[in-house]
Amino acid sequence: MPRYLLRRFVGMIVVIFLVLTIAFVIVRLAPGDPAALMLGPDATPQDVTELRERLGLDRPIFVQYVAFVAGAVQGNLGESLFFNAPVTAVLAARAEPTIFLALFSLLFALVIATPIGIYAAYRRGSTLDQTSITSAMLAASVPSFLTGLIFQRYLATELGWFPVSGYGGPDAGFFERMRHLVLPSIVLGIVNSALILRFTRASMLDILGEDYVRTARAKGMTERRVVLRHALKNAGIPIITVVGLTFALLVSGAVVTERVFNLPGLGNLVVNAVLRRDYPVIQGTLIVVAALYVLVNLATDLLYLAVDKRVKV
Amino acid sequence: MRDRILDVSNLRVAFRSRGGEVTALRDVSFTLERGRTLALVGESGSGKSVTSLALMGLLPPNGRVSAGRLRYRGRDGREMDLSALDAAGYRKIRGAEISMIFQEPMSSLNPLFTVGDQVGEMLWLHQDLDEKARRKRVVEMLDLVEIPAAASRADAYPHELSGGMRQRVMIAMAMICNPALLIADEPTTALDVTIQAQILDLMRRLQNELGMSILFITHDMGVVAEMADEVAVMYAGAVVEQATARDLFADTRHPYTEGLLRSIPQPGRSKSNRLVPIPGTVPPLHALPQGCAFAPRCPYAEARCEDPVVLTEKASEHWSACILDRPVPA
Ligand SMILES: Nc1ncnc2c1ncn2[C@@H]1O[C@H](COP(=O)(O)OP(=O)(O)OP(=O)(O)O)[C@@H](O)[C@H]1O
Ligand SMILES: [Mg+2]
Repeated sequence: MPRYLLRRFVGMIVVIFLVLTIAFVIVRLAPGDPAALMLGPDATPQDVTELRERLGLDRPIFVQYVAFVAGAVQGNLGESLFFNAPVTAVLAARAEPTIFLALFSLLFALVIATPIGIYAAYRRGSTLDQTSITSAMLAASVPSFLTGLIFQRYLATELGWFPVSGYGGPDAGFFERMRHLVLPSIVLGIVNSALILRFTRASMLDILGEDYVRTARAKGMTERRVVLRHALKNAGIPIITVVGLTFALLVSGAVVTERVFNLPGLGNLVVNAVLRRDYPVIQGTLIVVAALYVLVNLATDLLYLAVDKRVKV
Repeated sequence: MRDRILDVSNLRVAFRSRGGEVTALRDVSFTLERGRTLALVGESGSGKSVTSLALMGLLPPNGRVSAGRLRYRGRDGREMDLSALDAAGYRKIRGAEISMIFQEPMSSLNPLFTVGDQVGEMLWLHQDLDEKARRKRVVEMLDLVEIPAAASRADAYPHELSGGMRQRVMIAMAMICNPALLIADEPTTALDVTIQAQILDLMRRLQNELGMSILFITHDMGVVAEMADEVAVMYAGAVVEQATARDLFADTRHPYTEGLLRSIPQPGRSKSNRLVPIPGTVPPLHALPQGCAFAPRCPYAEARCEDPVVLTEKASEHWSACILDRPVPA
C-alpha cells in the first residue's frame, strides 16, 4: 500500500510539474511581446516596459521559469493584471459556485443515471431500456447552453420556480446562493448523466452475464439481492472510473453553464480573463484545475483499492 | 421400495434466437433414486448444462421449458413439478433443497467477497442463525471439505485460492444447508487430474456422510465409471439410453453409447486403436433429422431409422431409444 501510494504521489508531482511548465510556456508562445499582448493595442511603449519589468519578462527565460515554478510551489500564482490582486485570492473568491455546481451536478447525475442504468441493463431490450438509451443520446447531443436557455425560459421565467440567473447578489445567504445553483446543476448534470447512464448500463450488462451472478441466483436469493449486492459491487468499479473521468467534462461544462446562468465562478472568471488577456489568471486557473483533476483521479484510485482486493498494491 | 427424488419426463427447452426458436432439449427423460448418483453424459453441446439449468430454474432469459415435467420429491415427501414453480417458490428450493456447483471454479465465486462471506450467505438465506453461529458453521463446513486452516481461509478472497480450493469452497457452499439433491455440472473438468481425483473422493465421502443424491454431469466416461450408480446418455438434446452404470458398460444398448465407450482411451490398448472417434459430427439443432438424430452417424442405421424413436425399456430398468434391441456387431 505505501509503495503504491508513493508511486502515485510521484506521478502526481510529475503531472503538476508538467502542467506548470505548459502554463508557463503558453503565455510565452503567443507571438510578439507578451506584455504588449496583455496590454492591447492602445498601450504606450512606456506601459509595456513597465509591465515587462513588473512581470519579470526582462529577465532571462530560465530565471523566469524557476521563479514561476518556485512561486507556484509556494502557492504564489502571480498577480492578476485586471484585479490588481494575487491570483490565488481572485480564484478563491470565485471558487464556491464552481465547487458546489460541480458537486451538485455530479450528485444529480449519479442519482438519475445509476439506477436507470442498472435497471436498463437488468431489463435489457425492454421499453424502459430503449427509452433510456435514446434519451441519454439526446441529452448528450443537445448542447447545454440550449438546455440552459430552455430551463431559464420555462422553469425560471414562466413558472418562477427558480431564479433565472446570478448568484443572489452580495448579501445573499448560503441557502439563497445554493438555490441559484439548482437549475445550473441540473443542466450540467444532464450531460454527465448521459455518459454515466450508458456506462453503468454497459458495465452492468457485462457483470450480469458473469458466472458468479449465476451462482448467486443458484443460492436462492431475490433478484434484488443478486443485482444490488452481487452485481452492482462489481459493476461499481468501472463506474467509479467513469465518474472520475467525467470530471474533465464537468470542468468544460462549468464554463458554459456559468456563462449561461451568469454565475460568478471560475468558469466565468477564466472566460473573462481570456477576453481581458489577464494571463496570470488564465495560468492560475489552468494549474488549479489540473491539480484538482489529479486529486480526483487519485481519489478514484483509492476507492478502487478499497473495493477490489485483487488490485495489486 | 423405490424413492425417486427426481423424475424428468419429456423435457423440452427452447431458446429464442435471431433465426427463430431453437429447440436445445427435444426429449430429455431420466430418473434419479434418492441417495444415489446419476451421471448425465454426452458430447459437448448435447444439452447437459441446459438440462441442469432447467432443473434449477436458471435458464437464461431467452430460454424456456416448453414441455415436459420435472417432478421433484423433497425430504418431506411432498412432490412438486419444478417447472410450475414461481420465483418465490424456486428461491426456497435453490440452495436449501437443490444445490448446484459449476464447471468454472475460477469465475463462479464473486471476486469481491471473502469465501467465508459467500458460504455464509447461503446460511443467511435459508437458516435462522446469528452471526456467530453462522461463522462457526462456515468454518466447520470449510473444514469438512478439507480446506486446510479453514478458520483463516474463510477470510480469503477467491483470487487467493487455487482452482481446486475454490471448487471445495463451491462444494462447501452448495452443501452447507444440507440439500437433498446436488447438481454438479462438470465440477472437475477445469481441474488437473490429481485435483480432480481429490474432488471426486470428497464428493463421494460427503455423499456417504450427508446422504444427498447427486446429478453428476460429465463428458468423461472414466469419471462416470468412478462416480455413477446410474447413467443417462444424451445426444443432441435427448436422452438416448439410461441404465445402471454396470449395465450400461456391460450390456450397452444404444449405438451412440457404444461409440462413446469405444472412444475412451484405455491404458491397456496399443496406441493405434486407443481412440475410435465416432465418424461424423453432431447435427446442428436446427437441422435435426425427422427420425433418430444419431442415424446419420450410426453404423447400424437402416430405413426404419427415419421414423421417430422413443425411449423404451429394453431390459429391466434399462432404457434405450433405438429400434434395435442392442447393437449387433458387424
Ligand atoms: N442461451 C442460449 N441461447 C441459445 N442457445 C443456447 C443457449 N444456451 C445453450 N444453447 C444451446 O443449447 C445446446 C446445449 O448446450 P449445453 O450448454 O447444454 O451443452 P453441454 O452438453 O452442457 O455441453 P458442454 O459439454 O460443452 O458443456 C447448445 O447447442 C447451445 O447452442
Ligand atoms: Mg455444459
